[in-house]
Amino acid sequence: MTVVKQAPGAVEGPGGRERHGPLAGRRPGVPYSLVLAVLGVVLLGAATAGIAAGSISIPADQVWSILLHRLHPALAEPTWTPVRETIVVDVRLPRVLLAGAVGAGLSVSGAALQALVRNPLADPMLLGISSGASVGAVLVLVLNVTVFGMFSLPIAAFCGALAALVAVYLLARSGGRMTTVRLVLAGVAMAEVLSALASFLIVTSHDPHKTQSALRWMLGGLAGTTWTTVWIPVGAVLLGTAVLLGVCRSLNLLLAGEEAAAALGLDVHRFRASLFTLVALMIGTIVAVSGQIGFVGLILPHVVRLLVGADQRRALPAAALLGAAFLIAADLAARTMMSPEEIPVGILTALVGGPFFLWLMRRKAAR
Amino acid sequence: MTTGTTAAAGALDAQEVSVVVNGKTLVHPASLQVAPGEMVALVGPNGAGKSTLLRTFYRAQRPTSGRVLLDGTDVWRMPGKRLAQQLAAVLQETAGDFELTVYDVVAMGRTPHKRAFAGDDADDRDIILRALEELHVDALAHAPFDQLSGGEKQRVLIARALAQRTGTMVLDEPTNHLDLRHQLDTLRLVRRLGATAVIALHDLNLAAAFCDRICVMDAGRVVATGTPVEVLTPALLSEVYRVEAEVTEHPRTGVPHVTVQASP
Repeated sequence: MTVVKQAPGAVEGPGGRERHGPLAGRRPGVPYSLVLAVLGVVLLGAATAGIAAGSISIPADQVWSILLHRLHPALAEPTWTPVRETIVVDVRLPRVLLAGAVGAGLSVSGAALQALVRNPLADPMLLGISSGASVGAVLVLVLNVTVFGMFSLPIAAFCGALAALVAVYLLARSGGRMTTVRLVLAGVAMAEVLSALASFLIVTSHDPHKTQSALRWMLGGLAGTTWTTVWIPVGAVLLGTAVLLGVCRSLNLLLAGEEAAAALGLDVHRFRASLFTLVALMIGTIVAVSGQIGFVGLILPHVVRLLVGADQRRALPAAALLGAAFLIAADLAARTMMSPEEIPVGILTALVGGPFFLWLMRRKAAR
Repeated sequence: MTTGTTAAAGALDAQEVSVVVNGKTLVHPASLQVAPGEMVALVGPNGAGKSTLLRTFYRAQRPTSGRVLLDGTDVWRMPGKRLAQQLAAVLQETAGDFELTVYDVVAMGRTPHKRAFAGDDADDRDIILRALEELHVDALAHAPFDQLSGGEKQRVLIARALAQRTGTMVLDEPTNHLDLRHQLDTLRLVRRLGATAVIALHDLNLAAAFCDRICVMDAGRVVATGTPVEVLTPALLSEVYRVEAEVTEHPRTGVPHVTVQASP
């Protein structure tokens, strides 16, 4: 056996691939903190625009003066009419806050799901989770269940979401391995069946008023948001995002595969089960207030990975910020584009997200 | 103490470990004792149960019966994280569609030493960079893992195990896909680390040259365990691999050398 001497440090592999980078623990390109700062500014900008725009336009500086004044009266001198203050504080602020929470929640849920099922095409709506939440919520609406008071709707939506997620996971996984095709097909089939079930419940409810509001809600929209509807989803999204940030490292391990994750000390089954519950909690509470808003959980994690890489420790905070900014902007477009008519924001995100999904599929197939 | 320090070499003791999956016995009760710092090769034909036995060591496959002890503690009765601080595994599996960089993949090796929310400190980065250098993949640090060649991927996965700084290593065919130089480099590296190591290998001559003992498996059973000289005999090779082989002594090292008669 002869061993050919090679120069030490020589790198083998197909020639022509220039991959020599600086030897540092940091990715080349834009610094991460700068990306976060820019996303933060974008979010603030979107929120300001979201509060400022509408049938009565309010200048951005006045928006901030009103908000600062509310925070502490000494911070800004009131020079505006009480009506404007009501519009800002009681009408538009809760809606923008909810849009931000819904966007951030969908985005981080999507990112977490993609890691949990180890599949970049996972999304709360594509996997039928949102439809499961819808069925739960519709059941409560149609049957007038009020056992848990104001929590009845979110709790039912959470149960529906969790049941759908577990069912899709088990269907896609039977036989040990899970392929992309099976996961997406199981999700699509589940979403179809559950949406049909929700529609069936609505049209057979024999109450035209209920039917109207339920249909409107199913299209996905944030119209009619008040402070009372904001707290539950905002709380769930904050909690969920905080927990996810704490388990980023474990999510990363799953990207390396189940077996590697186990070898690196992760209890894969227990971890996955608890995170499924957490994601269902976020999606359930979100769907309960906003209906089905699709593709946010698919697009934004991808954009974020392109920006900052696949390491969840970097991706998740960026996904939360970008998701919030995106949905605030989308909601702004939804209510101003055809004013005074309002387009359900779910329709807008589907119009943008559908083609993106197809592009992504083609790109994956091409590789 | 976790950060930076390498765990002491452990004593690995598999006692009557069997694995039955879906009614099929993959491993019949098998025992293997590995002393601290010892390097043992696990050899045998395809489907002999080598990988399955190894999977019971790093908690990917629960034994149907028997126990696996690391320094006297059942690996299945300690928290997974604690085991991962003491035992690292190099697997065949590769990452999927997520465009993790080589650096990201190696950085995972630090996870067992970290609490939730804790970032990588200077020590961690130092350990990661040294592991990258050791396996000659430092120049690829920012390349997407998925786009590497098979051999490069294999070296990155070894670097990840290195970054775990454990005293015991389980390696499932680590020399797969590697060129001659990197096969030798890898086994030399494991030798030099002084860690307890169990290595599934196909190349009997590499096993003989680098390992203290060889454990031969066939059809889910351990059929022989001993020094290379004791184990690598024409009779055993004929029985297990069904090939006619000649075993000679290497003129310089005295290590047994297997030559298989490749008559068409």
